[in-house]
Formats: sequence, structure tokens, C-alpha cells
Amino acid sequence: MKKQQPTKKIIFHSEKEMPLAPYSLGSMLHNRTGAWRNIRPEINLENCIQCGICWKFCPDVAIYIENEYPVVDYTYCKGCGLCAEECPVKCITMVEEEK
Amino acid sequence: MRKVLMGNHALSYGAMLSRVQVVAAYPITPQTQVVELLSEMCAEKILDAQFIKVESEHSAMAACLGASLAGARTFTATSAQGLALMHELLHWASGGRLPVVLGNINRAMAPGWSIWTDQNDSLSQRDTGWMQFYCGSNQEVLDSVIQAFKVAEKLHIPAMIILDAFSLSHTYEIVDVPDQEKVDKFLPPFQPKFRLTPDEPHAFGGLTSPEHYFELRYKLQKDMEKAPALIEETGQEFEELFGRKLGLVDPYKCDDAEIILVTSGTTGYTARVAVDHFREKGLKVGNLRIRVLRPFPFEKVQSILSHAKKVAVIDRNISYGHHGIFYQEVKSALYGNSSVPVFGYITGLGGRDITLNTFQKIIEETQRNETPPERISWIGVKK
Amino acid sequence: MNHPQKKKQNKMRLTLPLEEYMHSGHLACQGCGATLAMRYVLKALGQRTALCIPACCWSVIDGPFPYSSLDVPIFHCAFETAAISAAGLKAGLEMVGDHETQVVAWAGDGGTFDIGIQALSGVAERNDDIIYVCYDNEAYMNTGIQRSSATPFGAWTTTTPVKHYKNRPKKDIDAILAAHRIPYVATANISYPEDLYRKVLKAKNIKGTRFIHIYAPCPSGWKTRPEDTIKLGKLAVQTCIFPLFEVEEGSTWKINIKPREKKPVEEYLMRQGRFRHLTAEAIALIQEEVDRRWARLLKYEETSPL
Repeated sequence: MKKQQPTKKIIFHSEKEMPLAPYSLGSMLHNRTGAWRNIRPEINLENCIQCGICWKFCPDVAIYIENEYPVVDYTYCKGCGLCAEECPVKCITMVEEEK
Repeated sequence: MRKVLMGNHALSYGAMLSRVQVVAAYPITPQTQVVELLSEMCAEKILDAQFIKVESEHSAMAACLGASLAGARTFTATSAQGLALMHELLHWASGGRLPVVLGNINRAMAPGWSIWTDQNDSLSQRDTGWMQFYCGSNQEVLDSVIQAFKVAEKLHIPAMIILDAFSLSHTYEIVDVPDQEKVDKFLPPFQPKFRLTPDEPHAFGGLTSPEHYFELRYKLQKDMEKAPALIEETGQEFEELFGRKLGLVDPYKCDDAEIILVTSGTTGYTARVAVDHFREKGLKVGNLRIRVLRPFPFEKVQSILSHAKKVAVIDRNISYGHHGIFYQEVKSALYGNSSVPVFGYITGLGGRDITLNTFQKIIEETQRNETPPERISWIGVKK
Repeated sequence: MNHPQKKKQNKMRLTLPLEEYMHSGHLACQGCGATLAMRYVLKALGQRTALCIPACCWSVIDGPFPYSSLDVPIFHCAFETAAISAAGLKAGLEMVGDHETQVVAWAGDGGTFDIGIQALSGVAERNDDIIYVCYDNEAYMNTGIQRSSATPFGAWTTTTPVKHYKNRPKKDIDAILAAHRIPYVATANISYPEDLYRKVLKAKNIKGTRFIHIYAPCPSGWKTRPEDTIKLGKLAVQTCIFPLFEVEEGSTWKINIKPREKKPVEEYLMRQGRFRHLTAEAIALIQEEVDRRWARLLKYEETSPL
């Protein structure tokens, strides 16, 4: 999985631009859920054993893999803390977001 | 080919000739023969369709919606309690713009249990966004199914074909069953404007905020407004191929009529006997049979009725606390367009026979009074 | 990015395929189990999948019109119709020449155990060719935590306040489905994604009605910490509160994980705000019931035909 790119919001200026029935025309990637976050996971790659557990248990698909290591996608990470909790070597720490 | 068919089987033949692809239905008296014959047609491979024998009418309609969304032509049939159970999903069909065609046998609502005809079942669904066709003969039932698919699929609006319990559903008449080839020419395969497929994944019917819902309903109404012209046009096209004409309304001796009886369903044909009977006596009576209730044929109703001196609307239904429903509809169409007095009669609820005698009373009362003597005039009730 | 040089040659050891059919930006709460369930199921089924989603958390999670969080098509259907909408959709797809797409009904516990059980039973009895997934968060979470027939004994919900906590056990939906003698019934758990993935793959290769019941913790409704979601799932299996098993043709029962030593239910219950009011007596009752059910499950497996 690669890093996801945010999409644009879909704006209808009139009913004529809208489909006949309510069906989706785009992705929720426009919704940058990173704004929900109070605490952020930080991965210390020095200690990472590349087990993929943080990637596997992310409900927000906000950990992607780059050069065989996990990377947090802060655009979308909601800060649930599951990755830090499940990391078997505790190389992820949850850090207060600065307000 | 001419066959002697009951109304229910005329529905089945209509569906078969329309080459429906998915049928989902649940048995209810007096609809059962519709689905029995369709099951046989599927089993005998006369009809290449999947028949889902569901556990309720609610599921029947749900299955039709799923199948229709996949782009298949879908059909179901029901009656009364079954239609009421489908209610939620009737909205789903129109809101989702899925052109399902449904045959409904008009049956009175319980309690007490009734299997006999009246229109409160289908009229309770008047505002669900479905087109409603009220049929007067078995030939019309068969022809209406085929035409309804054509109109429904063009507009992406579902359609209901409605026939009276027993007086049509179980009454045998001679019906011309047209050749499949000719029907295929008239009704090509369903080409939906959108459909569910992984090739182009959409999420259908998700949460729709006040920012969007309003416009989607506006679009539905705008397309419904196109339906009257399309129904007439489709009827003409059908006539060219099959020699039978069906339109929004079916007037009988209305041109010079002083009193016009407004009816729907089979009642119209009884009314015509009354029309002829009174015309022999020198009274100029006519009959306007409203075939399509939704979309309401405003222009036709206005132009035909405004020439009369009096209009009598016969309702085999009632909106409790108001009046007969066709009566309200006709009055609303005439409001501001004509000052012709409109009389409202309620009769025949729960399958009580509507006979020549019923019309005699209606015509006499209409003749006797300048304006309607009471808000509701009940004909035949034992007061 | 600063990658530690010494480890650079190592590959990530992933136990699930890399492909994602669910993407970020969805509206699930932090630590949502239902979301993980979707992510894993789609990894197993792939893109040639169509979902029927009735009213449930997922009808919100996916995002409002005109958006979606999934790369597969969805039919948002009426609350009580997940199973039959899927069966209808399948029939329709077949009739327009698509014999490949796997149609899935995807419903919560309310839509499965309660309002959707009639249609589900109809589909199962006919053995219509769909996969039915129930993600079970044990209450009506989308409407704000009201009890369902999947809510376990003892739980607080907004309609079972602590003074009148739920006093009836969770409905045994798996036994009900197994009693329909459908080809495949399985329980799964988001904390055991490899097991879940395997079961969905297995289901994919079976024809007829397949029922997969996925345990999906809900931090908002259970009053748990979002980071505890996976731990709770594991405890549910280790305490035998939510055992992992498969039933084939309604008769062959196979338990997938048998804890060497069953953990006491208290350990599971006390991590959740929804159970915190329970007295020692109530907990003992729950323990007894869990033991009884576990013993019965072992019997089912033992007496299964080979």
C-alpha cells in the first residue's frame, strides 16, 4: 500500500449536475480525519522489527509501508493508539498533539 | 393468439412477454394465480427468469430492488396486506429510481379480513412516487404491463398495474396474446442509465444531507411530470403495432354529456351500461375512466370534464376524515379551471357489488341536486 | 525518512495481502472494530465484490452521498433487507451476465439478530448464493447504544440502564443459522485477522448461503479505550465468551482456538465500562453460562460426523 492522496470535494451547483439517484461519485479521501487526533503515534524505526502488526491493526488505513518500514499517514490517522498498544517491541509512542 | 385468460394470468403473460428477468413474489389471495403461472413458465423455461420465492412481500420488493439495481428487468405481484407490507420499499424503489413493475390486485384492508375488492390498498400508496395504472379489462392488464415497462425504464420510475379482485383478477375474458417478436420490437431490453457493477463501483443510496436530498426529489417530480406525455406517446406506438389504444384516461360518450360519471377500474364498464341505459331514456350521460392516477392527467381531466354540467365521481375507497380519493383528485384538477359542480359518491367498499342499480341511484341524486347535498354521499350503505 | 541501515534488506513480514479496498477518510470512531472487519473481509474477497449494507454503523462509516470509502460497489438497503437485497442483487447480476461478482450482505447485529432475521432465514432456507457477514458490536451503536438481542447478559446500554441491565443472554445466532443447514457458518474476530481472512477465503469458494459472524468491539458503545480494541477481541476468545468455530452443512462443528487455560470472564468484563456495575454474583452467573456454552460447543465438535 502506498501513501494515499487526498481528493477534492464534490460540489453540485445545480440539480442538473447531480445523478438521477443518490450514488457516490468520489472518495472519502477528501476528508482529512487527522484533524480528529489528540495524540499522535511516533514510530521509532531503530527498534522496529518490521512485523507489520501496526499496519495490520490500523482501522483507518493510516499506516502505509515505504521501503519495508511502516509510516504513519498523519493526514488521516485519528490517533486511536491501537498501533502503539499492539506493537510487540513498544517502538511506537503516543505523543500529545500541540494545540 | 387469442386466449381465454383470467386477469391474474393476463398479468403473468404481460410479464412473460416483457421478458422479465427476475421475479420475486409471495402468495396472497387473490393474487396467487399470477405467481403460480410465472413459476410454471420459469420451470418450463418458457420464461428465462430467476424466480425468488421469498418469505414475505417485504422481501419480494427488496429482492426486486437489488435485481433492478443490477440492471435486470424485475416484476412482482401482490395485494392489500402484502402491498402495505411493501410500503417502506415502495419509497425505496422510486427514491432509488428503480423501474420495478408490480401487479396489485385491489383488495380491501383488514380488519375484518376481506379478500374482496376495494381501492384503499393501492391508494394508500399514492404518494410513494410510483406510477399507478388502474385497469378495466384483462386485455388492458396484459397491454399495460408491457407499456408500463417501457415508460418506467425510460424515466427510471416504478409502475403499479392495478386490477380489481375477482371482478377482474378471477374473471375470464378473451385476450389477444401478442407475438413475442412483436413485443420485442416494441420493448427492447432494459438499458439502465446507471447500475451496480464492480466495473464502476458506486455506493447507492448513502446518507443524503439536506444539501442534496431536496434536489434529488425535485428531479423525481420533474421526471414524473414527463410521464403523461410519454404514456400517451407509448400508447400510440403500441396502437400502431397492436391495434389497441390505451391512454391516460378512457372517455366514453363524454363529448355531449351533461353528467359525466368518473370511475376507475372495472367500475367503468358497469358505468358504461348505465350510460347507455340513461341515454336511451334521453339523459345525456358519459363516463370518464381514469386509467392513470399517478401521474395525474390534469389536462385530460380538465378538458373533458369542464364541458359537463355536472360531474359525479365514484370512489371505491375513502380517505377517512376527508372524502373519496378520486373525488379529491378530480376537484383539485378542476379548481380554478372550471366551476362545474362535482358530486362525490362512495360505494362498493369491501367488495360490495357495484351494479346498474348503484349507478341509477348516483345518476338520480346528481340529477336531482344543483350542488352536492352532503360532503359524502354513501350509496348502498344500510344506514 | 531515516531508515535504520542495518535492517534495510529485511522485508516486512506481512500476514495479510497488501491490497486495500477500503481507504482512509471514513467516518468510523477511533479504534472501531467494524472498520477492521471490513478491511479484512475485502482483502479476502477482492474488488469483484458487491455489498448490501442496511442501516448500521457502516451506512454512516462509508461516508455520505456523493462519496464512499470503498472501492467496491454498495447497495445501501433497508434495515430488514440485507440478506434478501443481496440475493436479489445476485439474481439480477446473474441475469445480466455477471456470474463472477461475489455478493455480500454486510449488516450489524441489530440488522441480523433482530430486524433482519426473517429475511436472513428466508435466504438461508433457500440457500441463496450470498455471503452474509454480521459484524457484531452487541448493540444498536449507530442510533446511540440501545440494546439488541445480541447484547450480552449484564451489559449496560442506553435502554438497559445499570439498575435494569440486560437480564437475558445473547441470542445464539450461529446455532440458528447452523440449524438452517447452510453450507458454512463461521465465527471470526478482528483480533485474529489471519483466521478471519482464511474463513472469508474459504467461504468465497463455497456456493450457497455462507454466514460469517464477526466480533467487532465498539469503544464508544462499550465504554472502552480505543487502543484496547484488539486486546478485548483476544480476551473474548481466551475467556471463551466468543469462541472461534466453523460449522459445515449444519452438522460438522470445528473449534478453531481452544485456550489451554480459559481466562476468567472478569478479566474481559472489567475492562469495559458497560459491565463495570456488575456484582461478584452477576459475574459468577456469567462465568457459569460461558462455561456451560463452552462445554456444549465442545460436545458439538466431539459428536460431529467426520
